[in-house]
Amino acid sequence: MQLVCPAGNLPALQAAIDAGADAVYAGFRDQTNARAFPGLNFSDEELRRGIDYAHARGRKVYLALNTYPDSVRLPIWHAAVDKAASFGCDAIIAAEMAVLDYAARTHPNLARHLSVQGSATTAPALRYMHERFGIARAVLPRVLSIQQVERLCEVSPVPLEVFAFGSLCIMVEGRCQLSSYVTGASPNRHGVCSPAKFVRWDEHADGRRSVHLNEVLIDKFEPTEPAGYPTVCKGRFDVRGEVFHALEEPTSLNTLELLPRLAQAGVAALKIEGRQRGVAYVASVTRTWRAAIDRHTAAPDKWSVQPGWQQELSRHAEGHQTTLGPYHRHWH
Amino acid sequence: MKLGLGPLQYFWPRERTLAFYRQAVSWPLDILYLGETVCSKRRELGTRDWIDLAQELAASGKQIVLSSLALIEAESELGALKRLVEEGGLMIEANDLSAVQLCREREVPFVAGPTLNVYNHHALALLMSDGLRRWVPGVEQGHALIAELRAAMQAEGKAMPELEVIAFGRPPLSFSARCFTARALDVPKDQCGFRCIDYPDGMPLATREGKPFLRINGIQIQGEEVTDLGPELPQLRMLGVDVLRLYPQVEGMAEVVAHFDRARREHEAPAAIGARNGYWHGEAGMSGIATDQAATFNA
Repeated sequence: MQLVCPAGNLPALQAAIDAGADAVYAGFRDQTNARAFPGLNFSDEELRRGIDYAHARGRKVYLALNTYPDSVRLPIWHAAVDKAASFGCDAIIAAEMAVLDYAARTHPNLARHLSVQGSATTAPALRYMHERFGIARAVLPRVLSIQQVERLCEVSPVPLEVFAFGSLCIMVEGRCQLSSYVTGASPNRHGVCSPAKFVRWDEHADGRRSVHLNEVLIDKFEPTEPAGYPTVCKGRFDVRGEVFHALEEPTSLNTLELLPRLAQAGVAALKIEGRQRGVAYVASVTRTWRAAIDRHTAAPDKWSVQPGWQQELSRHAEGHQTTLGPYHRHWH
Repeated sequence: MKLGLGPLQYFWPRERTLAFYRQAVSWPLDILYLGETVCSKRRELGTRDWIDLAQELAASGKQIVLSSLALIEAESELGALKRLVEEGGLMIEANDLSAVQLCREREVPFVAGPTLNVYNHHALALLMSDGLRRWVPGVEQGHALIAELRAAMQAEGKAMPELEVIAFGRPPLSFSARCFTARALDVPKDQCGFRCIDYPDGMPLATREGKPFLRINGIQIQGEEVTDLGPELPQLRMLGVDVLRLYPQVEGMAEVVAHFDRARREHEAPAAIGARNGYWHGEAGMSGIATDQAATFNA
C-alpha cells in the first residue's frame, strides 16, 4: 500500500518525503484546489522544486485540481492541468468532469485520479469516471463502512485510495453546502470551508469564549474548555432543547487499527489529510504510518497496533480525539 | 414556464404520502418527481410502491420522473436504483453518478438532479451526450453562474437542455453516512425506529442563542429558511428558466402551487411567500447575513 501525504508548502513536502511518504499531494496557490487557504500552497517555482526533490528520491507528486470551475473560470483549470503536465507531476487529482475531460484529451499520459470531491461511492459511479475519463485511481469519500470499502475493492474498475488519518469531513465530500450557506465561500467553487476571514472569536469578562462564523454563533466555550476550529459541522447547537455537537464532535479520523483489513482488501493507497497543517504534523504522522505499513508488509501475521503509534497520532488529532468514523457501523 | 413538484425530502406515513400525490396530480403542475432521495431505510413506500404510484400518476398525462438517492452506499441501494431505471419506464432524476451510469448504460433519459455537481457548460454537454434532458443546478449555483454557462453553451453552438431551478423549499445543503435524526434522539442508525417520521418538516436545529439555523432530516441537512424565488420571476424568465421546482412541505402545498401558477402567468413579480435566496444573488445562502465579504469571494 502506498502512503500519500499532504504538502501544504515546500517545507511540508520535503518533510513528508524525508519521513517516508511514497507520494505527496499539493496544490497551486489559487482556487483550483480544495485547500485554498491564505499562506498555503505552491507557486510554479516551488512546485518545480518540490517535484525535483521528490523525483530525486524516487517518490511521486500528485497535483490537486479538485474544485469545480464555472464556465468563465474553466481556462484557469485548463492552464493548471497544462502546468501539471509540463512540470512532470505524476498525476492530477480532479473531481470535475470538464477538468478530467480536458486532461484526458490534452495530456493522455498524465495520470488522472478521481478526487474524494468527486463523490463516487459505487461501482457504477467509478465505472462512469473510468469509461468517460480514463481515471487510473479513485479516492473514496469518507462515508463508507469498512465492509463497503472491502466490497468496492472487489468490483471497482480502478485501484482505490482511502483516507487513513486526519480531519474528518462527515458530509459527503463535494456535496456539502454548509460553508457556503453561512459565508458564501464554498469548498466546491472556492476551495475553502468556513474560511478564517469569517471567523470571529469573542472573549467575555468571565473568561468564556464564543465563536461566530459570519455572525452565526457556532459555539461557546468555558474558560478551560479546548476550542476547535468553527466549521458548521463541528459546532454545538440546540436540538429539542438540548445543546450538543448535533452533527459531529471535533475529532479526527484514525484508521490505524484497520490497516491489515485495508491491505487485505487490496486498497492501493492510504491518504493522510492535512495540507493546512504544519511541518511537525506532516513529519510525525507520515513517520508513524510509514512504520506501521512497513511493519505490516514485513510480517502481516505478527502485526499489531503499537501504543506509541496511537499516542503519536492522537497528539495531532483534532481535540486530541480520534475515531474510526464511518468505517465503523456504530459511528453512523 | 412549467411547474415541477420536487421529490419529497421528508419521511411521511404511507397513507399521507399516497393522499398527497393523489391530490397533487390535480394541482396545476406539469411535472412530479417521485421517489426516496434521502434514506433507503424509509420504506413506508418501497421501490415497487414508488414505481407503481409513478405509473398510476403518469396516466394523468403529467410528466412523472423517478428520483434516485443522493448517496448510495449499499449493494441493496444499488439494486433499488437498477429497478427504478429498468422497471420504471419513466425518466430518472439522477442524483449521483451511479444513476447517471445506469441510465447511460441502458439509454434511459435523465434529469441531472441538484446534487450532481454540474458547474460549467462542458460538463453539461458531456452529460447531455450521456442522456441528460434537463438540468437542475445545485443549491449554491445562482443567476450569474447559470447565465455564464448558458452564454458559453451558445458561444459553442450547443443547445441548452431544459433548465429547472429550485424556486421554493428548504435548500438541501449536505448529506452524510450518519443519520443526524438518530443522533439527536440518541438511537443507533441501525435501530433508528424510523423516528424521522415524527418530523414531517424535519427537526429544527438552532444556535445556542436560540436562532433557528438548520433542519435535520435523517442523513440530510437543510437550511432552516424556506426559500422563495417568486420575487425573481422576471429575472428567471429572462434567463430562460423552463421549470420552477417546488419542494413539498407538509402544510399548505396546494396554496404554494396555486401561488406559483398565478405568478407564472403574470408579468409582475409576486410578493414573497418565503425567504430571500442569497445563493441566487451570488451571496451566502442564508438571508439576512452580511454579504459584502461573501460577494468578494464570488467576484
